[in-house]
Amino acid sequence: MKDRNQIAEALATSGYIADSELATAIALMQRLRRPLLLEGEAGVGKTEVAKALASVHATELIRLQCYEGLDQSAALYEWNYQRQLLAIEAHRGHADSIEDQIFSEKYLLERPLLASIRRDKPPVLLIDEIDRADDEFEAFLLELLSDFQVSIPELGTIKATSIPHVVLTSNGTRELSDALRRRCLYHYVDYPDVEREARIIMTRINGASASLSLQIARMVEGIRKEELRKVPGVAETLDWAAALVGLDVIDLHDSPETVHDTLMCLLKTQEDKVRVTREVSERILGRVA
Amino acid sequence: MSCCGAAPSLDEMDEVSRLVSGKLAAFLRTLRDNGFAVGLAEGQDAASLMASGYAAKPGLLRSAFKHLFSARRSDWQRFDGLFDAFWLGKRVRSRSFAVGSTKAANNPSLKSMQDGAQPGGSQSVSDQVPSSDDAPSSRGGEGRMEGASRAENLAEVDFRKLADPEQIAQAHEAAAQLARIMRTRLTRCDLARRRGYRLDLRRTIHRNISHGGVPISLVKRQRKDKPLRLIVLLDASGSMSMYTSVFLRFIHGVLDEFREAEAFLFHTRLAHVSGAMKEKDAARALDRLSLLAQGAGGGTKIGESLQTFNRWHAARVIHSRSVVMIVSDGYETGDADLLGREMAALAKRCRRIVWLNPMMAWEGYAPEARGIKAALPHIDLYAPANTLKSLAALEPYLARL
Repeated sequence: MKDRNQIAEALATSGYIADSELATAIALMQRLRRPLLLEGEAGVGKTEVAKALASVHATELIRLQCYEGLDQSAALYEWNYQRQLLAIEAHRGHADSIEDQIFSEKYLLERPLLASIRRDKPPVLLIDEIDRADDEFEAFLLELLSDFQVSIPELGTIKATSIPHVVLTSNGTRELSDALRRRCLYHYVDYPDVEREARIIMTRINGASASLSLQIARMVEGIRKEELRKVPGVAETLDWAAALVGLDVIDLHDSPETVHDTLMCLLKTQEDKVRVTREVSERILGRVA
Repeated sequence: MSCCGAAPSLDEMDEVSRLVSGKLAAFLRTLRDNGFAVGLAEGQDAASLMASGYAAKPGLLRSAFKHLFSARRSDWQRFDGLFDAFWLGKRVRSRSFAVGSTKAANNPSLKSMQDGAQPGGSQSVSDQVPSSDDAPSSRGGEGRMEGASRAENLAEVDFRKLADPEQIAQAHEAAAQLARIMRTRLTRCDLARRRGYRLDLRRTIHRNISHGGVPISLVKRQRKDKPLRLIVLLDASGSMSMYTSVFLRFIHGVLDEFREAEAFLFHTRLAHVSGAMKEKDAARALDRLSLLAQGAGGGTKIGESLQTFNRWHAARVIHSRSVVMIVSDGYETGDADLLGREMAALAKRCRRIVWLNPMMAWEGYAPEARGIKAALPHIDLYAPANTLKSLAALEPYLARL
């Protein structure tokens, strides 16, 4: 078993800078074989965790994006109706054997959940934004996550050949059921602190120097403290850093104009743009060492 | 924990493990007392973690337990404090409590509301605007109506005039029942509207195998209509104290039965009370509530409370099929302009805003309080709600949405 420092290092080499708590969570996830539920504001890098995890394990990432109305046929399996119809046409006259034939694996379309339990090597299964799916789907998922087997009425029960590493993310647009929460390990992904954010910028953006990254991280921290409608996440920070690097900014203090003009990378609503005036941005910049 | 010295014998090891597991069990109980959902499986996992080297450093164990036992953000934030208090003997911050300590049920505010309506005068009505409103004069009329109301059906009695415990209990029961009826009606309406619009290929093929696969009889399906989501914001300030108990009961009924409902309580600040109100037993629910609603019975800052709601809760609880029901008399002690602004923001988000004002039915009442004036332009339905009958009258309106 890897301990958390090793995991943190492995994540770092794959481009994700984790704090020690998240590394613990991932260690526990392997040890206890429980899914990991990640909650946090939009844009703090919840989905990235799963991607990094997949690259650490050098395995496939299977992603299920949830949405309202998501049902079994989109998440688990579906029959290939076109082929079934063709097969029925082709075997006209032998009706007695056709039923067995068209409900065989050949005509089965794997969807993410089924795919994730039928791999040889355990993949990472990312169930993204579970809060957007309906309650019914959540209940169904709970069953799958505890048994890791799927029963298809026409075909029988399919048992897992490998247990995937399951990561669930939620933005908190709906309260999840207690049962699901209890089943999972919980980790709240917060905005990173200045040092970690600076490291993230350095890892992700080519050409961002250490001093610039630190300045950007401090600036973003200052902006997050303003009363904003939409607080910028790590994704926005990276956009902004990329913009600044692209505009050949070496030191934020040298070009306050550019800093203010590129703030649109961080501020995503009209209100927030109006709120962070030139004076405000200069004030925040003034506090950045 | 307190083992040291030379190499322990096997018996002593046994003793130690018993002590540790006892301590772990006590910790689990502390967590449960603090509202964590901790089951047997978690306890076993925790023990296996301690056995496998996670107990070597407190920091590591804390972090591991934190992931294992927390289920939501509030748990996550409180966990470190609880852990330190229990294992490291540090002082507990804020309002978490350790094993054996009495629950903070002696909070006066909601306890007394639960016991029934208080006579209007005794409670300090701090946020009443004195002379400009008609409230005092209509209160003077109370005595005149009293004789008649006793003979009337309970459904038409103003809640604040319910005096003897039996009547109050009846009213509470009726409010809970009303909530139940409202729910079934809403759901049934949804079912009646169902009509297939998408082809269910799977069932169609299955059914038509006997026709050689030619889809003759089609099977359709459609997305299940979801019932309305109801979000109730209840004013628990001093001026509403006579009505709060009945509405709390009503809300309890609604939350119990509507699958999608959320409740908030506000006075000078806003508290999310859905969790506490989902307790099956009404009295226990109110008990849990009293922990959340400290400061009830004071003034009202509707604007600020709505601001909090819009900023922190609205995105989560409101969707396109949401109706926000505000129960308040509109006596704003804070900034009325802020209330107007926040109402506008709220109106943009949800489908309908219903404002129930118990005082509306008072004779000679006119919406003169600054708060209600600022809010009125954004309200879709402004209705009285001082009797069970007036509450029931709302149901057809909600059913149409």
